[in-house]
Amino acid sequence: MQRSLLIDAGKCTGCLQCELACSFENEGIFNPSKSRIRVFTFHQQGRFVPYTCTQCAEAWCMQACPVDAIAYNAATGAKTILDSACVGCKVCTIACPFGTVNYNSDTGKVVKCDLCGGDPACAKACPTMAITYVDADQTGYEKMLTWAARTDAGASATT
Amino acid sequence: MAWTGKILRVDLTAGTCSAEELNRNWAQEYLGQRGLATKYLVEEIDAQIDALGPDNKMIMATGALTGTMASTGGRYSVVTKSPLTGCVACSNSGGFIGAEIKNAGWDMIIFEGKAPRPVYLYLVNDKAELLSADEIWGTSVWHSDEWLHSKHQDPMLRIAAVGRAAEAGCLYAAIINDLHRAAGRSGVGTVMASKNLKAVAVRGTKGVGNIKDPARFMEAVNAGKKVLAENAVTGQGLPSYGTQVLMNVINEIGALPAHNMIDVQFAGAQNVSGEAMHEPRRSDGKPNLTTNAGCFGCTIACGRISTIDQGHFSVEHKPEYWGNSGGLEYEAAWALGPDTGVDDLDALTYANFLCNEDGFDPISFGSTLAAAMELFELGAITTDDTDGVELKFGSAEALVWATEAMVKGEGFGRELGLGSKRLCEKYGHPELSMTVKGQEFPAYDPRGIQGMGLAYATSNRGACHLRGYTVASEVLGIPEKTDPLATDGKAGLVKAFQDATAAVDSSGLCLFTTFAWSLEDIAPQVDGACEGDWSAERMAELGERIWNMERDFNLRAGITAADDTLPKRLLKDAAKTGPAKGRVNDLDQMLPEYYALRGWSKHGVPTDATRQRLGLT
Repeated sequence: MQRSLLIDAGKCTGCLQCELACSFENEGIFNPSKSRIRVFTFHQQGRFVPYTCTQCAEAWCMQACPVDAIAYNAATGAKTILDSACVGCKVCTIACPFGTVNYNSDTGKVVKCDLCGGDPACAKACPTMAITYVDADQTGYEKMLTWAARTDAGASATT
Repeated sequence: MAWTGKILRVDLTAGTCSAEELNRNWAQEYLGQRGLATKYLVEEIDAQIDALGPDNKMIMATGALTGTMASTGGRYSVVTKSPLTGCVACSNSGGFIGAEIKNAGWDMIIFEGKAPRPVYLYLVNDKAELLSADEIWGTSVWHSDEWLHSKHQDPMLRIAAVGRAAEAGCLYAAIINDLHRAAGRSGVGTVMASKNLKAVAVRGTKGVGNIKDPARFMEAVNAGKKVLAENAVTGQGLPSYGTQVLMNVINEIGALPAHNMIDVQFAGAQNVSGEAMHEPRRSDGKPNLTTNAGCFGCTIACGRISTIDQGHFSVEHKPEYWGNSGGLEYEAAWALGPDTGVDDLDALTYANFLCNEDGFDPISFGSTLAAAMELFELGAITTDDTDGVELKFGSAEALVWATEAMVKGEGFGRELGLGSKRLCEKYGHPELSMTVKGQEFPAYDPRGIQGMGLAYATSNRGACHLRGYTVASEVLGIPEKTDPLATDGKAGLVKAFQDATAAVDSSGLCLFTTFAWSLEDIAPQVDGACEGDWSAERMAELGERIWNMERDFNLRAGITAADDTLPKRLLKDAAKTGPAKGRVNDLDQMLPEYYALRGWSKHGVPTDATRQRLGLT
């Protein structure tokens, strides 16, 4: 079973534990500027929104890479950067419609979320369940459950 | 090791920025932030200097765990000599800039001298520059924040700034970081403005490493996060209601000071409580509270993000205040509300927004306004002084007018900026100033919570709840319940809380963790990250060392045991209602024992033996 990161921005408090966990897991240092997941604050609206790679099935970054440095991990569904092959051309950062592939000037390679090999540190660190790691084919489960709970007994659903 | 090992020294007079090595021996004795910065301050300045003169220094210091994943590990402190009290000032703030300073590679920044023209520090990792602040001098913190982000085309800059209150000489001006977090008390912002330093803008991309034992550190961090999540206060009460969870609780036990501390209960408390912030408004159906918010790395997230009712008279024609910003926390809500007798939640939220926008301490401001209201009702202040405004207890219009006058720093606003002590002296009633060592009280009446009387009287920065929060024990039963109306055992309780707090304030962690954590939870996190062996006992001793170092500074500054007291109202006028009815604060029953437990003479001076034991020779 593949799993996906499921982000519920309504639960986020903007604490950046996910960014700290991501950078520590992947870079060995607490450094939000090197995190592959980012939390955005919309101050006037009072909203916090974590954002990261959704692991597109037909990934623009992977299609665009001229040196096949982005690989598909069949076990996790993640599109993973192969550091040994990446030449730092940044074409993938342009190709990605969501901005979730970024260049690291310290290494000359690009970085993106790889789901930590199937055990994402951000989800484990999140104190409010704003980031969870769930069945990739059932990401709507919690929402469906919420609406199902509101349904009156005996009422017929219209589809 | 967790420390970066580097200090940035900014000579504002010469306009230079230079890097120097951290004194590692001092780091072992004082850990970081409050302790370590105070050590630098007391070594570098004469205690008797003018706090607003160029000889004063201002230190922005991170803690040992600031910038790490330890929950709440984003704190920094501003340490200087206070213009309000003449004591050592140490104001602690959350938000994000503390961690950013550490990420840029610095344990602390020492500002000295005075810039000839307004400047701001622009710090990007190793590169530090003083740039002209001419264009933002005379503008608010919020405007300066926007201008700096725009000028440097960098949305990720973290900014701390002073507003118009500091520039106008308000003696309790704050330094505001990240728009609505404050190094709030004792006038640290006034010192910053006196140096012609408008703002500090930081971007750090180096990260925080040097963790002594990463695996053990993360184990301690995760254990600590679990304790916070499972505790009723840090896991439920604070995220849901913020510190405002206390408003109704403290009112019920008869320790909510009201009307410049004439009363110990307030009929309108529930209207300005944490619960009220959740109630849908009649006008638009939205509650005052939009969401809770966390500072850097914080898994509690007690912060309030609020809106003001767009139809409220304070903002009716000011769409710039219709968005969200930092909402009411308990101390601010109390000072702006019960202490002034105002129970209008929107008026309080608006006043709180202005305190953040232009950088002044809502506790001291509200308390000073409450004193002014009492002076007005006595006839000592008249409408001639207030542009015709009736400065009456309970008037939301008066609160809004006074707050706007403070922002402008003109007329009566300038008088309010003097603080309660100087204002009451000026109008001939010094006895009406509810202050200790010149600093205004926070939101716990020591007639109803006896230990807090001793904590206020002996606090090294004047009246303050954050130097020894015995409310935790006396009201909430943390770590164990004591009787709030008893004085027995309170000397020991106050000392233990003061020492532990000084240690927490030096770690980079938030004091609010101690609703759930003891030093036994904190020490393993410090020990996992920092070189040296850090036990709970060592942390407590570190706190005691810091407390005595601060005391010594204050003694050298001319503060004496005679200043370890409370206003007569709290010692002579009994509480009129509630569980504490008939009680005054029995400070004299606690103070001698406190001095003895501290190892101080009966004149409140640390003995040579005490200094030697703590390594303060």
